[in-house]
Amino acid sequence: MKINQPRIFANPASAHLVATSDATNTVCGQINRRTFLKIAGISGGGLVLGVCLGGPSRAVASASNILASDFAPNAFIQISPDGSIVIYSKGPEIGQGIKTAMPMIVAEELDADWSQVRVEQAPINTAVYGRQSAGGSRSIAMSWDQLRYAGAAARSMLLTAAAERWGVAASECTTRLSTVIHTGSGRRLKYGELAEDAAALPVPGETSVTLKQRKEYRLLGTRVGGVDNRAIVTGQALFGIDQVVPGMLYAVYEKCPATGGSVASANLDQIRALDGVRDAFVLAGNGLTTELMPGVAIVATSTWAAFAAKQQLRVSWDESDAATDSWSDAIAQATALATKPGKETLVEQGNVDDAFEHAAHTVEAFYTYPFVSHAPLEPQNCTAWYQDGAIEIWAPTQTPDSGIELVAHTLGIETDRITLHQLRAGGGFGRRLMNDYMCEAAAISRHVGAPVKLQWTREDDMAHDFYRPGGFHSLKAAVDSSGKLSGWQNHFITFSADGQIPTSRGDIPDGEFPAPLLANYRLTQTLLPWKTPTGPWRAPRSNALAFVEQSFLHELAIAAGRDHLEFLLEVMGEPRWLQPGDDRSLNTGRAAAVIKLAAEKSGWGRPLPAGRGRGLAFYFCHAGHFAEVAEVSVDPNKKLTVHRVTVAGDIGPIVNLSGAENQCEGAVIDGLSTMLGLEITLEQGRVQESNFGQYPILGIAATPHIDVHFIQSDFPPTGLGEPALPPLAPAVCNAIFAASGHRARTLPLSREGFRT
Amino acid sequence: MLNLTVNGIAHSIDVDASTPLLWVLRDDLGLVGTKFGCGKSFCGACTVHLNGKPVRSCSVPARSGVGQAITTIEGLASKNGTLHPLQEAWIEHDVPQCGYCQAGQIMSAAALLERNPVPSDADIDDAMQDNLCRCGTYVRIRKAIHSAAAKIANKGDQV
Repeated sequence: MKINQPRIFANPASAHLVATSDATNTVCGQINRRTFLKIAGISGGGLVLGVCLGGPSRAVASASNILASDFAPNAFIQISPDGSIVIYSKGPEIGQGIKTAMPMIVAEELDADWSQVRVEQAPINTAVYGRQSAGGSRSIAMSWDQLRYAGAAARSMLLTAAAERWGVAASECTTRLSTVIHTGSGRRLKYGELAEDAAALPVPGETSVTLKQRKEYRLLGTRVGGVDNRAIVTGQALFGIDQVVPGMLYAVYEKCPATGGSVASANLDQIRALDGVRDAFVLAGNGLTTELMPGVAIVATSTWAAFAAKQQLRVSWDESDAATDSWSDAIAQATALATKPGKETLVEQGNVDDAFEHAAHTVEAFYTYPFVSHAPLEPQNCTAWYQDGAIEIWAPTQTPDSGIELVAHTLGIETDRITLHQLRAGGGFGRRLMNDYMCEAAAISRHVGAPVKLQWTREDDMAHDFYRPGGFHSLKAAVDSSGKLSGWQNHFITFSADGQIPTSRGDIPDGEFPAPLLANYRLTQTLLPWKTPTGPWRAPRSNALAFVEQSFLHELAIAAGRDHLEFLLEVMGEPRWLQPGDDRSLNTGRAAAVIKLAAEKSGWGRPLPAGRGRGLAFYFCHAGHFAEVAEVSVDPNKKLTVHRVTVAGDIGPIVNLSGAENQCEGAVIDGLSTMLGLEITLEQGRVQESNFGQYPILGIAATPHIDVHFIQSDFPPTGLGEPALPPLAPAVCNAIFAASGHRARTLPLSREGFRT
Repeated sequence: MLNLTVNGIAHSIDVDASTPLLWVLRDDLGLVGTKFGCGKSFCGACTVHLNGKPVRSCSVPARSGVGQAITTIEGLASKNGTLHPLQEAWIEHDVPQCGYCQAGQIMSAAALLERNPVPSDADIDDAMQDNLCRCGTYVRIRKAIHSAAAKIANKGDQV
């Protein structure tokens, strides 16, 4: 694959990196008009992206500000003789703070003065950068070594350059705040002063640089503000929607409200005659929801002209192959199935029937959660410019790397004809792992032969998501005469497009709680037919399974007459890895530690006034161990107030403490917002909710007090976009029970009559 | 031609006057700090000031801005570049996650402080409830508003 080959690799010191890239990328004498992008996030700095005129449409970095005297030992760092330091952040920024966290790791090992560092979004070039996507809370874990090495290698070269200039041993020198210091004499040289010399040195191999010990960190673990904060609060262009290119037209795309429908006819002539409309046409699409479904494109001279025309558009849809999904039917079917055995048995371990037979108490319960939408605040959009068999794309995406493959497939061109620029995304939550909007923009630009910005309306965004699948769990479990959990059975009722496997993220993965912690466990499954697409939504699977499992576990603690904290710790058992040798698996010792910490910090066990209660829940996912305690009150009219949420987590060492706390606070709000009132319902394959009026994202008034505590263990650092979310819903539901005696088994809570 | 004064600068724009102010700001004037979130006044991402009062620019026809002082996030800082105390507080408290809603949040908060320089939590709830933040930065938004209010009050005391 291609693209955006930064000229910084033309530096002789980084010849080994040049070798890994497409050699045809490196020569480009001209910068065409696309260079003059109005997007500050890209063109604001020294690296200006452009494409070659008259040649293959590949982007390269222009050499505008990058001189041979710059020190650029790898694709992450550029130090100029004037002392300026640019660190490139390789991953998509979707609100998880990676554009700050990744460069902090580089800067720590580089011993750069953070206040003087400028961060730039890296070009997309997986040959150089490796993984360039944001998903699964994997960015930190998968880049930790790479970024530390990048910083440490550059630091080592600067240190060597200084030692050579002074004629002293490198071991007599140290670094601090972008300066090399000779400890004996106190002589100092700023990194900028060493840039030219360092650039002439060989880049040390990974095994020949020494990484810092944790106790040596000065930057990592502190609270650092987001690098784009000033641009955000002053309204500068940053996001996908802010992209402008010369001669750009504005597009909208109308698809069948029921997935799979195609265009039978449309009033295209009438639409083409409207003010500001340049063209209106049907795209047949390729039938893939992840790429290009059939629809009508309208291309106009402004966003509003396109939106206004879309309101006049009348399409007759051929729905012979379209979805007819109905949430109300699904509820009725699942309710009828709840008392029956599952169609297939997925897991059968120990002797569940025996455990039930010898139980002191058994508990049965039926849990339900709905489909939900990602609803990032920036509706899907993408700017694309197809020209002469090649295409340049500007997209707010979580997966620029796979987006290129999908566009190539949609258009039937090679990936080396595609240049992609990643822009800040106004929220992701998993929605932007998909690149359907990118394929649509590409196809529309090719059809009209002009650059276009495709803009979805909020209604488009809500109607055409890859939803978190709803699901149903018919549970039965037992505690024995000593009050111990002794058996667990789940009949899981989920959805399937093909009748064979569950729809995306509508499955229960192997090793799901409590299977690895319990001798007697049975999981059966029944599939209901479903055609509407589903997909990963922040903490996929876990966001729903945690609610079911950790609420039901509390029911069992109650049945056993035991304190939930004590019961939960007993279920965890002795400290051990559940998958020995895999430090991304659940460690029951880490689990117990965060559970105890959350309990302690929340005042667990201390008396509360009538009508108030605390609820505890733990969940492990994305390599993160999190326990949360919610303190709520419930009045006789089911008015629910969440007063306080205590979060305790272990994801290893924290990179940016401010960003980490922000992610936890956000996960609590997101979890609360979703469990209280968010629900996507479908009838006749059509999503019934169309905008925030029917999909009420939580406002500020219901915000609880949130305390966040980390156990900064010595395990490798892992990600935080997701794992703080799942325990929130069960913690609140368990607190509702403690406060009111009401067991909430259906989400959203509005379905059970709760209001805030 | 539509005549609008935005952030103190007069513009003459060739656009249908019924176009929502949001799209004139974004597409015609290139003031992209004001964001499109819902198009129906539900989310507040498009909040700007008309004569100091917060309005949802997605639902206000551009013609209603004629003869009014329109202020967008780009015009909130003083002419010499000094940030508004709210913008400073937003940075100090590291409020943003994705950042998409924050221009609208700040514009609503600025209008709140204009009419109520020392808002209580309940005042903040009332004024800010319909500015949605999908990332859930409300804890920090509240802190930043209190912090900016205190800063403004201290400056007033010194004068």
